[in-house]
Order: sequence, then C-alpha cells, then structure tokens
Amino acid sequence: MSHLPILPILLPFFAGIAIALGGRRHPARARLLGEIAVLAGFAVALMLVIRADQGGQQVYALGNWPAPFGIVLILDRLSALMVVLTSVLALGAVCYARGRSPQRLTSFHTLFQFQLMGLNGAFLTGDLFNLFVFFEVLLIASYGLLVIEGGAQRVRAGLHYVLVNLAGSSLFLIALGIVYGTAGTLNLADLIHKVPLLPADRQPLIAAAGLLLLVVFGLKAALAPLYLWLPATYAAAPAPVAALFAVMTKVGAYALLRVHAVLFAPGSLPYGGLVQYWLLAAALVSLILGSVGVLASPTLPRLVAYLVVVSLGTMMVSVAIGSPEAVAASLYYMVHSTLVTAALFLLADLVASQRGPRGDQLEPGERVHQPTVIGGLFLLLATSVAGLPPFSGFFGKLMIIQASAPSSLAALAWTLILASSLVVVVALSRAGSRLFWKTTDATRPAVPAAPILLLPVLALASASALLVLFGGAAQQFAAAAAEQLLDRSAYVQGVLGELAEERP
Amino acid sequence: MEIVLSIAIGVLVATGVYLLLRARLFPVVLGLTLLSYAVNVFLFVSGRVTGGSAPLLKELPPPYTDPLPQALVLTAIVIGFGMTAFLLVLALRALGELGNDHVDGVEPELPEAAAGGQHAERQRR
Repeated sequence: MSHLPILPILLPFFAGIAIALGGRRHPARARLLGEIAVLAGFAVALMLVIRADQGGQQVYALGNWPAPFGIVLILDRLSALMVVLTSVLALGAVCYARGRSPQRLTSFHTLFQFQLMGLNGAFLTGDLFNLFVFFEVLLIASYGLLVIEGGAQRVRAGLHYVLVNLAGSSLFLIALGIVYGTAGTLNLADLIHKVPLLPADRQPLIAAAGLLLLVVFGLKAALAPLYLWLPATYAAAPAPVAALFAVMTKVGAYALLRVHAVLFAPGSLPYGGLVQYWLLAAALVSLILGSVGVLASPTLPRLVAYLVVVSLGTMMVSVAIGSPEAVAASLYYMVHSTLVTAALFLLADLVASQRGPRGDQLEPGERVHQPTVIGGLFLLLATSVAGLPPFSGFFGKLMIIQASAPSSLAALAWTLILASSLVVVVALSRAGSRLFWKTTDATRPAVPAAPILLLPVLALASASALLVLFGGAAQQFAAAAAEQLLDRSAYVQGVLGELAEERP
Repeated sequence: MEIVLSIAIGVLVATGVYLLLRARLFPVVLGLTLLSYAVNVFLFVSGRVTGGSAPLLKELPPPYTDPLPQALVLTAIVIGFGMTAFLLVLALRALGELGNDHVDGVEPELPEAAAGGQHAERQRR
C-alpha cells in the first residue's frame, strides 16, 4: 500500500507543529519552513492527480483496518482535484504573505498549515464522522486566521462566523447520529451500499438526516439563506487568508457533491429527489441575493465576497441537476471561480494599499500608483469572473447552461444565471471606473507594489487563462471525475472490495 | 430509559436554542454548551440503549453494547470542549475590543429602553 494519500494531511500537520514549537526563536526559519511545506504539498498534490488519473479508487486504510470497520482515505479524481486546487491557492497566499509580512508571523504560518491539513483531510476522507473531524480542524484554524491581526471589525465578523459554524457543527452531529442509528455505519461507501436496502419505515429518517446535512453543508458552502456570515467574514479577513478562504466554501460544495449527488441521488432512494429540489431552490435564491449584494457592496473585498456567493449559486444549480455533464460543468466552474475570486481578494488588498485614505471603498479617490498593471489585472479578472469571453468563466457558464438544458426548470435557471452575470458585469464595471478612472492625483509619493505581491495575482489570473488554453484537457478531466464520482457501484466496489459482495 | 433520555435531550436542545437566541455572549456560550451536551447524549443513544452490558464482543454472552457511538461521543466531547474554550477567549476579546457583550458588537436600540439607554450613554460620556 502506497502512503502517498496520507501525505497531504501529515505534511502540514508536522510542519505546523514544528513552526509552532520553533517559531518564537527563529521566526525567519519558521516562515521558510512553512513555505517549503506548501511547495512540497503542491508537489504531492500533483503526484496525487497523476495517480488518481490512472482510474479507480485508491484506498488508504488508516492503521490497516479494512473498510468499513476502520477509517479510510479515498483518493479519486475529484479529491485529487480539490487537493491540488487547495495547494495552488496556498502557494498564492503564502507568496503574498511573504511580501506583506502579516503580524504574528509564526502564528499565521502555524494556523495556515493546520488549515491546509483540515482542508486536505476533508477532501480525502471516506468516512462521514472523519469528515466532521476535519471540518472542525479547518474551522478552528480559520477562526484563528481570521482574528489573528485583531481589530474590532475582524472580531465582530469572527464572532458571527464562529457562532454560526458551531451551531452548524451541532446539526452535523445530530445528522450523523441519525445516520448511524438507522444505517449502522458512517463509511460513505458502506452507506451507499446499505441505505437503499433499508426497510421502508427507516427511509424517512435517512431523508431527514439528508436534509439536515444539506443545511450543514449549505451553511459551509454559503448557500442562501445561510450565506449571511460570509460577506463580513471574507471582507474582514487579511488578504492572504481571504484568498485561502476562497476554497473553504468549496469544502461545503465538495461535501454536497459527495453526499447528496451520490448517496441521495434522485432515483436511488425513495426520498432521493427531495434533497435536489431544495438544493436547486437554494441555488437560485443565492443567485438573486448574491447579485443584489454585489450591486450594493460599498467596498471591493465585500463585492468579491458576494461574487463568491454568486459563483456558488451558479455552481450549485449544476450540482442540483446532477447529470454527469452537469456535475462535470460544475467542477470546471468551481476550479475557475475559486482561482479567480482568490486572485480578486489579493488584488483588492493591492488596490487598497495604493489608494490612500479611501482604501478599498468603492468611492472616487486617489489614483493607484500602477494603473496599467493593477487596472489591467482587474479588467482581466473581472471579465473572467463575470463570465465574458474569452476567459474561463465564459466556458464554465456555457457548460453549466448546456448541461442544464434537459432540466424542467431550465428556463428559470438560464434566466437567473444570465441575469446574475449581467448584474455582475454592471457592478464590476461601476467598481472599476470608480477605482481607476474617477481619480484625483496621488498626494503621496508613488510606491509601486513589490513584484512578490503582484506575482501571485498574476499567477492565479493566468491559471484562468490556462483553463481556456488547455480547456479540452480540463474538460476531459472534469468529465472523468464526474463520471467516477457518480458511479455508485464502482465506488462501493473500489472501497469495500469483496466485502460488498459477501454481505446481503 | 429511552423516554427519559429523549425528554432530557429535548429539554437540553430547547434550553440551548433559547439561550443561543438571547444574543448576549455569555448566554450564547452556555446555550452552545447545552446544545453540545444534547448532541453528545443523542450520539450516545444512536447506538441503542442497552443497560449493564459491555462493549466487547466474544468475551461475554450477549447482549453487547455498541462501542462505536461511545468513541464518537468521546471525539465530539473533546472537539466541543476545545471549541468552547476558543469561543470564551474570543468572547472576552470581543468584550475588550467592542466594549459590550452583544453578539453584533453594538447595543440594539430597544424602543422602551431607548430613552434610558441614551441617558446612560450621556452619563457615561
């Protein structure tokens, strides 16, 4: 058994502990260790993708206890994709943090590593309770990262964020209790195998647990009406942290895909379609409310935070439809939107640092010191996130719209997706013209941003271009990942092996 | 036994939710603690209530009790404990930074208390 699948969890774990222990005495070395760990994590993630792309589930049994008795890590295309996406964002965030040197450097890098551990663990685990544990790991690290730099604004946002998520965790545990009490297992593959075989009087209980899990994952993914914690939190977070947070909502989306698109797939259970119905409704409402929020945002980070809500809504329309093409489209769109919103969070910080007292407010103010570079990046990212050609957002939205054509609610979904795109275009062009055109001369001497601050924004933005240039390969990978995700019997067979056949 | 446990869980959840909605930091922390107690008992019960039997197979004659929920509860207790500790620290920090114990960080203007509140505010200044 290869030990590769556990490396994305162990690497940040040990790096985080080492930084915490030695960071006070050698802060510079601790920072270097954090950066090396992120770089190594990226290399491991690439190896995982290559391994996963050979097909089939790679099962890593912790402590060599076979599933479903022990906890297993499962590497397939989707989890490898999520791990590599996380590590790309982590690279960008750490690179930006080197240029900006956040306060409390050691704590930042320690918590950053633990956050990566939680994210990677949540993406790799094949057990629902283990998913809960990794959720808590990534949440407690994110609570720390959010308030690490202090300030009333951050503490206020952090308080809401923590309270809402703690209430969500309680619901998660209640749902897990119901699932275990009814099905007698929490291994995802075992659940997929066993739940359809349960007697009819147990099915409503499982459906109730599925709806509770929808609330929990919808809260993490910031679906309407549970997105209210997101804009204040993401807008208040320090820029490198906000960039990494761009993937946190995708943990919820990932869990929705794993649990709801597979375990509660329409047609597989008596109440299977119920969850999809609510998911689609929540996604459409998120599109509307997110677009209103984008229009009404007074600052650039808050606008980007609402863009996260809109992109999640767009993606979830596709997830709710649940066909292989739709899920593939949602995966492509998720990668695009995560990269672009992370780049926008970093860019918002760059803009704020160059505009004098107005900062990140969307009001006429001083001219930025590097209008060509920063304005150009803003134009590129705004075009991409709004879904205009020729960038990745356009192809992502096109794929989602094509995949949603057979759905009975296609007309409504199309209208809302296209209308929200229009609203985003309007809001972003208004923001851009206020930030870059309605300007007064700078009162302070021009201080161009260090190249190390521009590099991650440029790299994340060029990832959007790469998604178009290598669009065929990306689309193929997304389609293969979606097909593998939705193939229930292959998943059960791959994880449980012969055990699935032996039992009734 | 099941009846007693389910009533206990119900009361804990009800009081927890009530305190959670008080929107003051200390009651909210207490509410979340009560809610997590309820959740822990619920998880424990999810393995069925069997009194006086060991969670060991083969050593003793049946009935057995299910050991897995006990392990889950232990994990949940540890996590809940850590989260409560963090929340208390954050609550103290919020009290220090924002100067009040409302979860929104600002005192709401209640209609009947507005006059008195403004008076108190003026006195404080």
